[in-house]
Amino acid sequence: MGQADGLLHLTHQPGGPGMHDPLVDRTRPVDDPLSDFFWTSGADGRLRFLRCDKCGYFSHPPTARCPRCLAGGMTPAPVAGTGTIYTFTVNYQPWVVGQQPYVIAVIGLDEQPDLRITSNVVGCDVDDVAIGDRVMVTFLHRNERWYPLFERLERSGR
Amino acid sequence: MSRRHFERDAVITGAGQSEVGRRLNRSALDLTTEAALRAIEDAGLTRDDIDAVTTYPGGYPAVSHGYGGPSPHELQDALRLDLAWYQGSAQIPGQLGAIVAACMAVSTGLARHVLVYRTVTESSVQGQAGRRAVLETGDGVASGMGIWLEPFGSVSAVNWLAPVAQRHFHEFGTTREQLAQIALVERANAAANPDAIFRDPLTLEDYMSARMISSPLCLFDCDIPVDGSTAFVVSHIDTAADAPRPPVHINAVGTRLQGRVSWDQYADLTSMAAAGAAAHLWSRTDLRPADVDVASLYDGFSILTLVWLEALGFCAHGEGGSFIEGGKRISRTGQLPVNTHGGQLSAGRLHGFGHVHEAVQQLWGRADARQVPGAEVAVVANGGGPVAGALLLTAGRR
Repeated sequence: MGQADGLLHLTHQPGGPGMHDPLVDRTRPVDDPLSDFFWTSGADGRLRFLRCDKCGYFSHPPTARCPRCLAGGMTPAPVAGTGTIYTFTVNYQPWVVGQQPYVIAVIGLDEQPDLRITSNVVGCDVDDVAIGDRVMVTFLHRNERWYPLFERLERSGR
Repeated sequence: MSRRHFERDAVITGAGQSEVGRRLNRSALDLTTEAALRAIEDAGLTRDDIDAVTTYPGGYPAVSHGYGGPSPHELQDALRLDLAWYQGSAQIPGQLGAIVAACMAVSTGLARHVLVYRTVTESSVQGQAGRRAVLETGDGVASGMGIWLEPFGSVSAVNWLAPVAQRHFHEFGTTREQLAQIALVERANAAANPDAIFRDPLTLEDYMSARMISSPLCLFDCDIPVDGSTAFVVSHIDTAADAPRPPVHINAVGTRLQGRVSWDQYADLTSMAAAGAAAHLWSRTDLRPADVDVASLYDGFSILTLVWLEALGFCAHGEGGSFIEGGKRISRTGQLPVNTHGGQLSAGRLHGFGHVHEAVQQLWGRADARQVPGAEVAVVANGGGPVAGALLLTAGRR
């Protein structure tokens, strides 16, 4: 599978309006004043999380106050969009008719050790994903939302 | 934390279970009254003695696909009870939180005899369409904690716990062959339980070749939806002399909540909220893991039982795989018999209360062919991910 240098370089088209969505049914998150920014952030291609104006802590899921220093000012701030797969699963059970297997991963973002999100890893063989793989955000525009999904940058040393 | 052991003011005086099975097509209220009346009779009481009711999760406001049973209001009316206290809630320390609430009610003096129940009709409700994804509401909109999971197809508890297993495998070298022992041992136990759902032998080959549901969890790592209700009577210890048999004592509760309790944010996903609840339990008793004769550890998915074994200190964190390897240690004749009734993987998903029921039967010496000789101390644990509660039960006062 892997190349001699342990990296698997992207050979497919990057994400965007034409990106293939592995999910037949992709639920729309309910409107919420605290989290709406998250689902529209990808319109300019950037992933954002709420960040404390005072101490710089990223808080996710979003909170109106900083859970670390309890200060009140929290502002959406862009991150690089790169991270590492902390853990994952390949879902094989077809909850929706016609659904093919897909990867659900818990991804740790590079900015902060406890800045983590659940998402999908797309654009590679579902059987070739592993903990430790490096990933980069890409956005899927559907349901008038920009879903942050992840593509692999590098396979972990395995 | 408080040193007052309110839970030792409470005892379990009766246990009852309704018919349990697949696709019974009976209403949740029907099953609940059947279990409740059996528990009340088992305690040597009548409905007039019951002055409180607690349950998990209570009447469920959202579409529950058979997960929620009747509310306390419905049961109160069906049995024409006169209640000084009632509570139905899911925002408590797991299913066992309903039993802890009952202990509080008797310890504070609000009630003398509390009826506690948990009812599921997931088999009948989900049966026609196959197993449902629990977050699915049908309107295509995710809300609550679901907005961070459901939009990415993480729609079922199996999708939330499979990553826990994957991480455990990665960090500690745990294998599918090791994890299989939870399913295999429980199936062997179910053979000795006439009320279990699946009683035919299950082999390692069957397990290894089973269809994947959400890797690395396969079909046999997932529990079986059933219909059924389980009820208990929790009484004030002052009434114990009137009970038809020596009651089961509640030695300690574990109800702590700490850390990032969600399905994906907990710092060490391989320990989850179980670690806090287990530590809390042992902080409230002089008994130690080595004193435990039988363990009823939640197994909505096999990996949860392994997590609880570690959290409760039966082995070190990360050593669960080797602890259960080969299955002998956790078998009925082993060092720590686990889920002697067959667990939810083979006896059906009574959602934690089946585990309590089995622990109580063992302590009363009523477990027939699967009785662990001389069982005096039982630990029960419920929950996974952000949900965790634990109880330490004893045959006499300790």
